[in-house]
Amino acid sequence: MSRLNEANVELAQEIIARYPRRKSALIPLLHVAQEQNGYVTTAAMEHLAELVGITPAEVLGTASFYEMFKFEPQGKYMVNICTNISCQLLGGEELLHHAEKTLGIRPGGTTDDGLFTLEDVECMAACTEAPCLQVNYRHEYRLDHDDFDTLISELRSGSRPDIPDHGTLGLVRQHIPDGRMAGIDSPEKTGSPEWFTARSSN
Amino acid sequence: MTATENPESASPETNPGVPFTLNGVEFHANDGELLIDAAKRHGVHIPHFCYHPRMTPVGMCRMCLVEVDTGRGAGLQPSCMLPVTPNMKVNTESEPTTKAQDGVLELLLINHPLDCPVCDKGGECPLQDNAYAFGPGESRFVEEKRHYEKPIPISDLVYLDRERCILCDRCTRFASEVAGDPLIHFIGRGAQTEVNTFPEHEFSSYFSGNTVQICPVGALTAKPYRFAARPWDLSETESTSMVDSTGARVALHSSQDRLVRIQGVDSDATNWGWLSDKERFIYEATDSPERLTEPLVRDGSGDAVPTRWNNAVKQVVEALARPSDPRRIGVIGGARLTLESQYAWAKLLKGLGAVDNIDAQLGDGLPAELVLGLPKATIDSACQPGGVVVLLGPDLKEELPTLYLRLRHAIQFDGVSLVEISPRVTSFGDTVAARLNPLPGATGQIAKALADGMVGTSIGRSSAEELSAAHKLLISDRPVTVILGRGNLAESTDIIASAVASLRRANPNAKFLTALRRGNVHGALEMGLTPGYLPGAQPLSAAVDGWDMAPRSRGLDTAGILKSAVNGTLDTLVLLGADPLTDFPDSKLAAAAFERVGTVISVDTFMTASTGRADVVLPAAMFGEVDGTFLNLEGRISPVQAKVTSPGQTRADWMIAAEVAAAAGGDLGFTTLAELRSDIAANVPGFSDVHWDRTGHGADGPVITGIRSWEPTLTETAPIPPADDYGLRLVVDRKLWDNGTMTLAAASLKGQVGDAVMSVSPADLARLRIPSGNEASVAVGGGDARTVVVMSDPRVPVGAAHVPFHLNGVDASDFLVTGQPVIDIRIQAL
Repeated sequence: MSRLNEANVELAQEIIARYPRRKSALIPLLHVAQEQNGYVTTAAMEHLAELVGITPAEVLGTASFYEMFKFEPQGKYMVNICTNISCQLLGGEELLHHAEKTLGIRPGGTTDDGLFTLEDVECMAACTEAPCLQVNYRHEYRLDHDDFDTLISELRSGSRPDIPDHGTLGLVRQHIPDGRMAGIDSPEKTGSPEWFTARSSN
Repeated sequence: MTATENPESASPETNPGVPFTLNGVEFHANDGELLIDAAKRHGVHIPHFCYHPRMTPVGMCRMCLVEVDTGRGAGLQPSCMLPVTPNMKVNTESEPTTKAQDGVLELLLINHPLDCPVCDKGGECPLQDNAYAFGPGESRFVEEKRHYEKPIPISDLVYLDRERCILCDRCTRFASEVAGDPLIHFIGRGAQTEVNTFPEHEFSSYFSGNTVQICPVGALTAKPYRFAARPWDLSETESTSMVDSTGARVALHSSQDRLVRIQGVDSDATNWGWLSDKERFIYEATDSPERLTEPLVRDGSGDAVPTRWNNAVKQVVEALARPSDPRRIGVIGGARLTLESQYAWAKLLKGLGAVDNIDAQLGDGLPAELVLGLPKATIDSACQPGGVVVLLGPDLKEELPTLYLRLRHAIQFDGVSLVEISPRVTSFGDTVAARLNPLPGATGQIAKALADGMVGTSIGRSSAEELSAAHKLLISDRPVTVILGRGNLAESTDIIASAVASLRRANPNAKFLTALRRGNVHGALEMGLTPGYLPGAQPLSAAVDGWDMAPRSRGLDTAGILKSAVNGTLDTLVLLGADPLTDFPDSKLAAAAFERVGTVISVDTFMTASTGRADVVLPAAMFGEVDGTFLNLEGRISPVQAKVTSPGQTRADWMIAAEVAAAAGGDLGFTTLAELRSDIAANVPGFSDVHWDRTGHGADGPVITGIRSWEPTLTETAPIPPADDYGLRLVVDRKLWDNGTMTLAAASLKGQVGDAVMSVSPADLARLRIPSGNEASVAVGGGDARTVVVMSDPRVPVGAAHVPFHLNGVDASDFLVTGQPVIDIRIQAL
């Protein structure tokens, strides 16, 4: 059983309530499911389908469009190394090769102890800090090979509490203060915007 | 849709339309018309894959790119997404256009396997055709193509070959937009995109076969047709589906005198090209080894043995002549027959034999007075933009699936508001404008409240808001159509009739569609296979030429016939393609009737439970083997055509009637189909102008507006059965896949029939302290208790219990008793 646990169902209901249509909550809910189990399980997708009122096929169709959702078990730490242009110029590819050798896996692979999954990724918007990588979507900047080794041993020894297991995006757990919630009426209820009606009546 | 069909609809004087130039010639498009449609209407075919005129355009395949200049310079635009604008200049033959087509095809073919010689679609494949007509001829791609596991079953009926798929979004769009069953979806991204189901989930849609028909490549194939024939070997004829009373237009395909496929034909008036899987795959039954192919009679030892037609017919004549009074003869069935055969049998039995105990409905329909006498709507008028539809009946997805698709479209896209007055929540789900799910027995009361405007407080479980919304829609000046059916076999038709009376009082302009499920049942009633009427809904007192012996007093319906057999006042029972032992709701009554009745004659296509008890069996030719006519629920006539030779010694039903008449020394007055049709035209009001030989060819068949000399008399005083505080009101309805004779005889369909369970609302189940899925003890009145599986189902209203009829598992007929206004059952934990 890897449906959402009770606490996460509660979180899911809170997230669903932010949107005019239940199914709009699907992407953040997929992050919750991935955070809970390390990847998006089949049972979790069926559960999400029930929660937002669509079919499991629609959930899978949506989720599988995004590279960051995984459908197989992943390492506890997802190490994403950038090899896009800025990082490449400053040693990104060499860093990746070093990582492969250090961890003993190819991009896409997971270490036997289940701790690390390595990925070769495109730009993650930190070109001024090249070469860079992310561990569970937390940035590490301007790394040389020694920095990488230090990072790995810190992760192994559990001395990086700032990096949560499996990692999820911070935005999933946003808390919107009372009174700051945008209108959650669906467009069907509020009608078309004026400019739209004006245009289509021409 | 009519706009595209009828180029003359925009009169040049009043609205010249939108002027545009197509390949140098000036034309006019209709307002808002898509370029691809306007071009087609003016004789210019633009190649395409993803565009389908019955679905929302998505512009996915890029095959329909053409060069368009709207005054800002020429550029390539997808013509399926582009409404024609004034003075647009379009070139479908320019170099940029042909180069784009060439390029799109080369890219589409990169990953497409070259297995056309073993592909079902080869020979009728749009990709193949377009590649020949518009493609580059050669590929520059030398790398390895994308590979997937070759066809995987995505349901019991449909196979998916992902290598062949060009990702046009037709099947997935159909599933979500048209059928409302989004069980297949694009999965993955970029070059890895594939169409598939969720792992371990089936594409279990009643409409799955349509995806095979609209697939522009061979990615989706139908299991029953796989490798059965090549398109160039097929011979085709247009016909009308007789699976239900919608009368969907179909094309019958045969190879070597065997039916191998049915395709939907796009008829504006009825099915828009769509078919349910039952309509599509039912042809398999014609080939079934269970077919009756020779006449049978019971010999001295009680076994049914083959005999010659002459002998069988002689025995039929004797069995019909033996009773001292025609009121000792009963006839059940007739909805399977063509209109012509129905007339022939009605004339034989009523016109020459004075028998009026004739009923084409098996206790699961509506009073003939309502079906014949209420002002009729058409499917188009019910679905017209801005209309209101009141569904006083069953879940249409289960009983009339193609009508369901039309209505679903009307609700989703044309602003039609649906008021649901059904015994439980139907497949229309949350798309309804007002939902009333009255408990059985309260249907009339709810309708009366709507008519009286007494909607300020809730009635039973129907809230004041829902009632008031329904009331407003019912009395609005929008066109109102009532779709009337039998939503519950356990609620008497008196209650439905009283509800109809109230709805007519509320809105005298309301029109009706009678949603009966049995194939040509409307034809049967129109031709007089119902007690109390001569053909054309004429009263028994009418004089019909050639019907000299017509009965003068009203006969019995099916329940009456069966009761009379039990009482010993019936000598001969004739079954016209009917199986009352399994198909009549109260199977105990039917069984008792068969115990007592003298002689049973069965005219049928299959060996059913009832035919197995018959003394004389006459084998009939069936759908696909006979020529004739179909009358659908609108009263629209359309042709039923023979495609293959009927097996063995089977004969068309009308020929059997003529044979029996001749053997009895009578004369029906016709020996050919043409003479039979002339007889109908001369004697049945409304049919005098029918052009039998071109009904529906290239156009939709005409609606026969019956001429009625009477009005249905309806009262609003139906019995309101007192509520039973401890019991639950029984709801018994039909599912698409049931143990019907034809479904079981079709090899690919019989596996679709599921197990029935009893469903109860979650609140009632909690009150009864029975966990969902457990067995419980169920009893009617003081009867014996049965042990059945009880499930929780929020679609069942509180206070009701639902069982589908005629499935495996729980047998609903255990609980059905003829003659009760409603049935209360008691459920107890074991």
